[in-house]
Amino acid sequence: MNYDQARYGDDDRYEPLLSEKDTTTVDVGESSPLPDDLTRDSLELPGLSEPELARHYTRLSQMNWSVESGPYPLGSCTMKYNPSFTEDVAADPNGAVHPDRSDGTVQGTLEVLYGLQDSLARIGGMDAVTLQPPAGAAGEFTGILVAKAYHESRDDDRSEVIIPASAHGTNFASAAMAGYDVVELPSGDDGRVDLEALEAAVSEETAALMLTNPNTVGVFERDIVEIAEIVHDAGGLLYYDGANLNALLGRVRPGDMGFDVMHYNVHKTFATPHGGGGPGAGPVGVTEELAEFLPSPRVREREGHYELYDPERSIGKVHGYQGNWLVLVKAYAYIARLGDSGLEDASAKAVLNANYLASQIDYDIPYGPFHHEFAATAGDRDAADVAKRMLDYGVHPPTTKWPELVPEAMLTEPTEAESLDSLDDLAAAFDAAMADSDAELEPAPSKTTAGRIDQARAARNPRLSWRALGEEE
Amino acid sequence: MTDTSRHEHHDGSPYAPHTPAETAAMLEAVGVESEADLFDVPEEVRFDGALGIEPRSERELRAELSGTLAKNDELTEFLGRGHHSHYVPSVVEDLSRRSEFLTSYTQYQPEITQGFLQALFEYQSLLVELTGLPVANCSMYDAATALGEAARLAGRVRQTSGSTVLIPEVIHENKREVLDNYVDGTGLEIDTYPMDDGIVDVDALAELAGEETVMIYAENPTVRGTIEERLTEIGEVASGADALFCLGTDVVALGLLEEPASVGADVVVGEADALGLPTAYGMGLGVFATRETFLRQVPGRLVGASEDAAGKRAYTLTLQTREQHIRKERATSNICTNQAWVALRTAMHIAYLGPDGLVDLASQCVREAGSLATALSELRGVKAPVHDRHHFREFLVRTDQPAPAIARDLEASGFAVHVVDDHLLQVCVTDVNAARTEALVEAFEEAL
Repeated sequence: MNYDQARYGDDDRYEPLLSEKDTTTVDVGESSPLPDDLTRDSLELPGLSEPELARHYTRLSQMNWSVESGPYPLGSCTMKYNPSFTEDVAADPNGAVHPDRSDGTVQGTLEVLYGLQDSLARIGGMDAVTLQPPAGAAGEFTGILVAKAYHESRDDDRSEVIIPASAHGTNFASAAMAGYDVVELPSGDDGRVDLEALEAAVSEETAALMLTNPNTVGVFERDIVEIAEIVHDAGGLLYYDGANLNALLGRVRPGDMGFDVMHYNVHKTFATPHGGGGPGAGPVGVTEELAEFLPSPRVREREGHYELYDPERSIGKVHGYQGNWLVLVKAYAYIARLGDSGLEDASAKAVLNANYLASQIDYDIPYGPFHHEFAATAGDRDAADVAKRMLDYGVHPPTTKWPELVPEAMLTEPTEAESLDSLDDLAAAFDAAMADSDAELEPAPSKTTAGRIDQARAARNPRLSWRALGEEE
Repeated sequence: MTDTSRHEHHDGSPYAPHTPAETAAMLEAVGVESEADLFDVPEEVRFDGALGIEPRSERELRAELSGTLAKNDELTEFLGRGHHSHYVPSVVEDLSRRSEFLTSYTQYQPEITQGFLQALFEYQSLLVELTGLPVANCSMYDAATALGEAARLAGRVRQTSGSTVLIPEVIHENKREVLDNYVDGTGLEIDTYPMDDGIVDVDALAELAGEETVMIYAENPTVRGTIEERLTEIGEVASGADALFCLGTDVVALGLLEEPASVGADVVVGEADALGLPTAYGMGLGVFATRETFLRQVPGRLVGASEDAAGKRAYTLTLQTREQHIRKERATSNICTNQAWVALRTAMHIAYLGPDGLVDLASQCVREAGSLATALSELRGVKAPVHDRHHFREFLVRTDQPAPAIARDLEASGFAVHVVDDHLLQVCVTDVNAARTEALVEAFEEAL
């Protein structure tokens, strides 16, 4: 596909910085209602007129790739289409309320949150849900704190969390943040959890096993019932990382697989926009046994009246207020729009798209059968170079060099939102990039705003602000 | 199939573009008969029941949700305490909703995402100007989690010297709970120091600070809206104890109040969502800025400038070896998805205001709080502000009559204020509700 990204600027730079368009210094003391010793002396910032501001940000937007620009098959990120109407729902001025309002005056807000708690519990096969964690990793941290509180409530002191080597990096970091030692579990030859290795890893120190299913190469952990048994027999809990839930909607529920606690990535599975890196939301679902430890407050309904309450042995708060409202309300709207049949179809089409795309590209895919995503290998080519070349064919490349289980991995998740034509374009880009010579890969990309960027230079000499750029000159 | 039925049909996802013929062709290409054949899931864990979620059309759902949200009472909010609202201009709303921004993700391929990277680099740069500190990350979830991250950073860089974090005895209770959870796995302990009529009791703090202290946290403005008067001395107490000085503030206050770097702050945390984001039930944007020394200990994403193959300035995520996807359990934080889109909006709003606009807005926060407090004080049995200090946006009100009853009466007249204690209310005024202060005072008088 022919593609050229917008490229503003001159010989030295692309779009100038705000500070290069205007820098104004004001003497703060002059106009201040406060005594001088309580104020800053001066303030130097850019100030742009509205037309200039509109042009600046429109140009920046044109120098940016997005789901609405074209395929964005980042594995484990679920870059699906974000329905427009959910933006309008979130922008409803009646929803713009302060979190300290009394329950009786925000019945609408609480009803939406209660409805979302209920929908997520149904989808996950869980008994209770908190909406507070503001991202997936925050959900993991919350879920592990809940597990910790559960063990502590039984005077059962445990020090380890077991995590497969191929898991998302956040799993390791979240468990460590909660104070646990991480025990890394090597994958079996088929890319799945090796039951013998798991048997050897569990002990009376095991607080939890964190698992995503399908796993990070898209393969379903078929032994999940045995896995649950091994962990539970050792007195541990089973944690479900919801990053890959888009494979299973309406067909398999984490609760039915034996998971005790899980998080949902609503910005992945439930189509809330990723916003260039967030905000997302990472609600946590648990079984009845763990419900009393969830963060406070939760929403409950009593005779048609909604109210906030603190679970009995709550871990307390994990966010200053109730999490990312603007994200949560969009997730509620998406789930309600799809309903049972739509949710099941979304997963079916996501899995079909991944399988179709895989069947159309000339790459080795070491592990299968896979579901909503697959890990192709670039073989003896550098996956990062192949990815840069794909940019020139008018698509965003997959996640590269991860998981490490697959050498030169290209973890690809097209989602259900890509059409047959779009998948054919994507497949053509995969194959064309792979067919190109090293001499063609090395200077790529050339169709994007910027050419290949020197990463090492950025890290060696960190310049993180326009002030740092100015000091250098 | 007409256009309408395509978008209204209820037997599948309306956001999967497949026609039945395409689905059939794809299944054939894959070599299976049905979608169900693609699932390698053992029978015993399959879910055969119904979730029980009824699909609705877009039109139905918009009507339903607008009806639901209309159940919220229409109140004029004089509420703050960590979630503040200022008027957000339409241009910020409009530009930030461009789908190229809204529907993109973390910039793993910087060559094709220069636009968002530059916007985040500009956000970082604005925070550097406002705080005076050379390093600002491109977002934390909110002020409370940013404080949690600051304590964890202090624990790491001062781990050989001690394990105590000192915080004011008066702090938002939610922030305290989040902080407790963030340090739960670290061995750090949280201790409080006393306040003196609304600001830090520096002498008492100096008594408490010592070898064991790894961080001293103070706020400006405080949760009660008071403006701190002895910041430099607090900074000196911290450095005397070889502890980090962490200052909590917000993006509007930074435009007017003492520059954190000039009073010796090592880390600045706080809320930046006061600009760019309308009231959003507590959704936030956390500031995290610090000194160069701690660069490699910073949590979250950092955007840096580099060069591309053409020798032009270009931006990229940098120093990623700090982060969870590389460093796993040894990462500085578990944060991955953050509040990037809110940071975009906040940067837009700051650039829209410019330095004059920001100083004006911040000055208004001082003036309005002052005049509203004076007006309320003229009512019988009311003292405002309670603390004899300068205030920013908000202040405590002492009432002879029970505060909860007054708040209930105010609610009935269409106003929301905070109940802090049996005889304490808190009132917050900004540009958004300033035009309603006279009405609030009248309603207050009636409630007495």
